[in-house]
Amino acid sequence: MSMPRAYVLVAIDANTVTAGAREVKNRLSAELGRRGLGGEVQVVETGSFGPADAGVVAAVQPDGVVYGRLTPADIPRIVEEHFVKGRLCAQFILPGERPLPAPREGESRRVQLEGRIVLDNCGRIDPERIGEYIANEGYFALGKALTQMTPSQVIDEVKASGLRGRGGAGFPTGLKWSLCAPVKADVKYVICNADEGEPGTFKDRLIMEGDPHKVIEGMAICGYAIGAARGFIYIRGEYKLSVERLTQAIAAARQEGLLGKNLFGSGFDFDVEVRIGAGAYVCGEETALIESMEGKRGLPRLKPPFPAQAGFKGKPTTINNVETLANIPAIIRNGAAWFRRFGAAGTPGTKVYTVLGHVNRPGLIEVPTGVTLREIVTDYGGGMKRGRFHMAQLGGTAGDILGEEVLDVPLDYDSMQAVGHSLGSGAVLVMNETVNVRSFLHACIRFFLHESCGSCNPCRNGLRVLADITGRLKDGTAFVDDLECMEQVCRGLKVSAFCPLGQSAAAPVLSALRYFREELQEGVGTARRPPARSSGRLAAAPR
Amino acid sequence: MTVSEIVSSRGNSRENLLQILHDIQDSSGDHSLHPAELEALSSLMAIPVADIVGTASFYTMFSFRPRGRHVIRLCESPPCWVMGEEDLRAALEARLGISMGQTTPDGQFTLETSSCLGTCGVAPVMSVDDEVYGNLTAEKVGQIIDRLAGQKAAGAPV
Repeated sequence: MSMPRAYVLVAIDANTVTAGAREVKNRLSAELGRRGLGGEVQVVETGSFGPADAGVVAAVQPDGVVYGRLTPADIPRIVEEHFVKGRLCAQFILPGERPLPAPREGESRRVQLEGRIVLDNCGRIDPERIGEYIANEGYFALGKALTQMTPSQVIDEVKASGLRGRGGAGFPTGLKWSLCAPVKADVKYVICNADEGEPGTFKDRLIMEGDPHKVIEGMAICGYAIGAARGFIYIRGEYKLSVERLTQAIAAARQEGLLGKNLFGSGFDFDVEVRIGAGAYVCGEETALIESMEGKRGLPRLKPPFPAQAGFKGKPTTINNVETLANIPAIIRNGAAWFRRFGAAGTPGTKVYTVLGHVNRPGLIEVPTGVTLREIVTDYGGGMKRGRFHMAQLGGTAGDILGEEVLDVPLDYDSMQAVGHSLGSGAVLVMNETVNVRSFLHACIRFFLHESCGSCNPCRNGLRVLADITGRLKDGTAFVDDLECMEQVCRGLKVSAFCPLGQSAAAPVLSALRYFREELQEGVGTARRPPARSSGRLAAAPR
Repeated sequence: MTVSEIVSSRGNSRENLLQILHDIQDSSGDHSLHPAELEALSSLMAIPVADIVGTASFYTMFSFRPRGRHVIRLCESPPCWVMGEEDLRAALEARLGISMGQTTPDGQFTLETSSCLGTCGVAPVMSVDDEVYGNLTAEKVGQIIDRLAGQKAAGAPV
């Protein structure tokens, strides 16, 4: 077979599959075959390119064109025009989208990176072919770690990189590893937390679907660093394609000897298994996730002991988020100093965000830490779709509701903390003035009420009270002191809820009170709170 | 697959319980867990039935009530709500003549709400069985139901 002169990369992820990507891909292969172009033009499945509402998306390389909103019926025309006659089909070209440059021989990898660390392969390689990952320096970092570095050198490198957990809490990754490494035990575990349940966040899904081997490689390096021979990826039950891709990738890595016994002849053994969840938001909390992996109800554990001491089956365990682990191969390959060149000083590297809501181009982006919300909305999100910016919720439903006052604060852990906010999981939900903060807050609380595991009183009952209040606010019938009451309940939740789920339910309410108090006040009516049914006083104990 | 086949293929240690419950539910024919199967599972895994039920009931993906041939799960997370989830809920309930949590009398459709399905880029979304549908409007929802209902009439496979 001759060398292909062109490649068509069809994005296959949950969004595009929904829009019919598989049908388009099949039609394309059939049509190219029918026109005798099967050998010249190769059709490749790849991960997400980023845009989420552009229907079926495909890039043609080396021509550098991205076509969008494709249907099977469009394919004969595109094959005729583009591949037979060599003309671009302007009506299908997605404005503003440029494919990543195809990897070229001899060109420095760093030039090609263009600021992408985690998503550098997404949309460029076929995630189901391990050879394409390896050809793009895949598993090089694992080989380097196993043959040239000691476990403590690996930890030092990750520490020096300044990488912080990308799941939301921002705990320094190197420090987390160093807590588990010295613990003596017969077995240790690495867990990849892929229970991405925070509403609006789907970055981990697209990383797993677009570049599954990067996650596996990151886990193996972590295993080497802390002395674990087994790893688990806990994936939400809803993420069918992620489960498929990772299961396939693990099998391929075993086949190539990149998982299993004696990796790179170093004597280090490591293997990975997929575990699937069954629909419980709280399982994103690391100890609840461990309970769930043990086949139990996903109730958070009391800490300490932390998983580093006693995690899965009571053994020392390191748990990292998908995006965190996907950063590891590049850090080991290129060094901590290289990594620190990206992003803000206190939070080096990049951050993957999902931008959604009322923006023109919702989707997946990877940007250096420290870009502002304004830049994300206007430059990456393509500006407001309708109306003007009203508010944004950063980091999912457990995140803060921000007003335009925060548009120019750099998005990194330290800068956000300085103004009293957290960075969260990477969801940026942008809303225009058609969304009423009172109703939105009620939708947020309704979510938490549904997801609360019910084991501690502040969360179980506090959310009930909050749901009642936000319901009244939504209807404009809130009691005169409801805002104060809401604030009090939230302060209580923050300090007394057992796990981060209950604690973080306070975040949207308190931030909405901070930025949108006037708008919330509009939901307050004239009624006073009816007196409690009991006297509110306990009878004096008999002497 | 029978319960004992599932347990022997996955292994009977406790950590495999969720996967086994998924397998049992997937092969149940009505997307639910039946008492007889849970009792069989209990003796195969040496876990009390109450413990199995307690575990399964914690997770939203498991059901103890028989569900329809097609399970429709409408995402009610805030990102979908912002993009018009309430209109879809009204359209679905009106079109199917049932409320959330119910199954149509002919056993064709079960309507449920769901937490985030992770496809918020195309919100509002719903899933029907394993397929996710995005960028929905009340009109599109009606078309999807019509198509699925038509499959029944034509006897086509799901």
